[in-house]
Amino acid sequence: MRIELQKRANVSTLFSIISPLLALLLTLVFGAIMFWLLGKSPLGSLYIYFVEPLLEVWSLHELAVKAAPLILIAVGLAVCYRSNNWNIGAEGQFTIGAITGSILPVLYPEWHSWAILPLMMVMGVIGGALYAAIPALLKTRFNTNEILTSLMLVYIAGLFLDWLVRGPWRDPKGYNFPVTKSFQVEAVLPEILDSGRAHWAFIFAIVAAMALWFMMRFMLKGFEVSVLGQSERAGRFAGFSARRMAWFSMLLSGGLAGLAGISEVSGSIGHLQPSISPGYGFTAIIVTFLGRLNPLGIIASGLVLALTYLGGEAAQAALQISDKAARVFQGMLLFFVLSCDTLIHYRIRLILAGGKTAEARA
Amino acid sequence: MFEAILLTVITASTPLVVAALGELVTERSGVLNLGVEGMMIMGAVCAFAAAQLSGSPYVGILAGIFGGGLFSLLFGFLTLTLVANQVATGLALTILGLGLSGQIGEVFVGQPGIKLQPIVFPILSDIPFFGRVLFSQDLIFYLSVALVVGINWFLFRSRTGLKLRAIGDSHSSAHALGINVIRTRYLAVMFGGACAGLAGAQLSLVYTPQWVENMSAGRGWIALALVVFASWRPWRILAGGYLFGAVGIGQLHAQIVAQNLGIVIPSQFLSALPYAATIVVLIIISHNRRTTLINTPASLGKPFVPDR
Repeated sequence: MRIELQKRANVSTLFSIISPLLALLLTLVFGAIMFWLLGKSPLGSLYIYFVEPLLEVWSLHELAVKAAPLILIAVGLAVCYRSNNWNIGAEGQFTIGAITGSILPVLYPEWHSWAILPLMMVMGVIGGALYAAIPALLKTRFNTNEILTSLMLVYIAGLFLDWLVRGPWRDPKGYNFPVTKSFQVEAVLPEILDSGRAHWAFIFAIVAAMALWFMMRFMLKGFEVSVLGQSERAGRFAGFSARRMAWFSMLLSGGLAGLAGISEVSGSIGHLQPSISPGYGFTAIIVTFLGRLNPLGIIASGLVLALTYLGGEAAQAALQISDKAARVFQGMLLFFVLSCDTLIHYRIRLILAGGKTAEARA
Repeated sequence: MFEAILLTVITASTPLVVAALGELVTERSGVLNLGVEGMMIMGAVCAFAAAQLSGSPYVGILAGIFGGGLFSLLFGFLTLTLVANQVATGLALTILGLGLSGQIGEVFVGQPGIKLQPIVFPILSDIPFFGRVLFSQDLIFYLSVALVVGINWFLFRSRTGLKLRAIGDSHSSAHALGINVIRTRYLAVMFGGACAGLAGAQLSLVYTPQWVENMSAGRGWIALALVVFASWRPWRILAGGYLFGAVGIGQLHAQIVAQNLGIVIPSQFLSALPYAATIVVLIIISHNRRTTLINTPASLGKPFVPDR
């Protein structure tokens, strides 16, 4: 048996919509198999994983808390990936944004003014963007592969944060724990509703997604992104510069990752500590692809991936399944998304041994 | 003292060299597999598990090679058969590998591992200095040297190697000449996976004989940088691998030396050195667009769908 691909004349709209859903379905099936192998009831586990977190108000709030950074980072990455700039160091930009955003509350804990919060957010954005400027500069000036440099910077950012909270920024009254002083009330991102923990980061995420959707759909800049991504040469004829696009997309995604970082620290944690992210920057890559590089799709896929985090925690408590299962789910999901995307551009034919062809319905 | 340092440098460099050599062959065939980190960590966990269950580190090595190779098939199926984006699929492989290895390795956390013992060559190991450094090492070190020689011969002296390079430089021309592009690339991807798995086995059987989650700590990515550094040539991988390994070990010694001298250098800064060094090296090697263009396999990362 052999698999053969046949290029479609047109991109299949039907499969653009079906493919992410098909990927989700396949992930659930394989997830059930995994639970069965672990000796748990497959359906019961899936229920605890993917349904139970949606049934209570507090956990819906948690969902928004986890989805916010994912969506914020992912919409920025979508612009990067569409324009063929492979920023995979969002985790590092997230960390640096959290650090630069925390400068004010950590150094001036006595400053009580409403102005502190907007300043923190702006500084977070700047920090993240500047950190993404490093791979952008190296790519445009020295022709250095941005995949590798942005990734190396993730490790460096993590170590820098570790040094800060164990060294100069450690709270002297913190019983030797590696944490900074808790932020003053004015520096904490307020909750949206009284009923739970969801805070303003979720609103930032929705606004960012809407704005970028508008840009990609209706503005020349969005067209520039797609053209340069599909063919740098074609873009040059239109007068677009791939170099400027590298800067634009990297700064944009870095800034958004930085905003995600500081809003996570300010809204959810309340101080800096050695570990501030359960891999949001990497999970956001999956969110980006599951959302088919479309900002509105990313809102939906961000919620789905946030659910895997929540389900992971629930399953850990209820089923004694380790939290690593969530990572496996996320990895599988990305695999299935990428494979199902083939259906959008190609018809898949199975060639059986006898030379008979069976057309996979496509 | 120098000899002791050199021995640790060799141990730290071997996984980088082995993983980078495998990726070099993959990339020479025109496929960019960014999943080295994932294949490496899968190799590490398979090797550790097999060694624990069988009691033999050699079974562990085989399991590492097998695990890495099998895992890379996932990447091969997606990018070669389904022509998925290679960059994205490579990332997926890394994410899945880190998750899956954590899940598999959970039961082994904290267990003392089985260290792969050195194979001492009888007479040769008595040579002063060189004997200890070169002829009293473990199997994986010898394999790494053999791989450098073997791959160099294969790529530049054998017919199949020539075909492989032809595919990497222009898959459509190679296809027109009747070379089976997809099959060759599958084999190249699997070879890369097997090497990454072997490198992982070195980590969990030699470097630190135990299972720790995420124990590859970015070495897969450094191996990828190493391929660029070596401009796709096997011998330069050996040189580059030892350079990177030396930076990694150097920072450990610098910490001790600084401590003895009473200088306070935050350990985090020194730990960041290998990653910073990688960036610096990448800048130096790729700032000349022309040489980069000449060295890079021309079809690298481009999808191929055979026309019929």
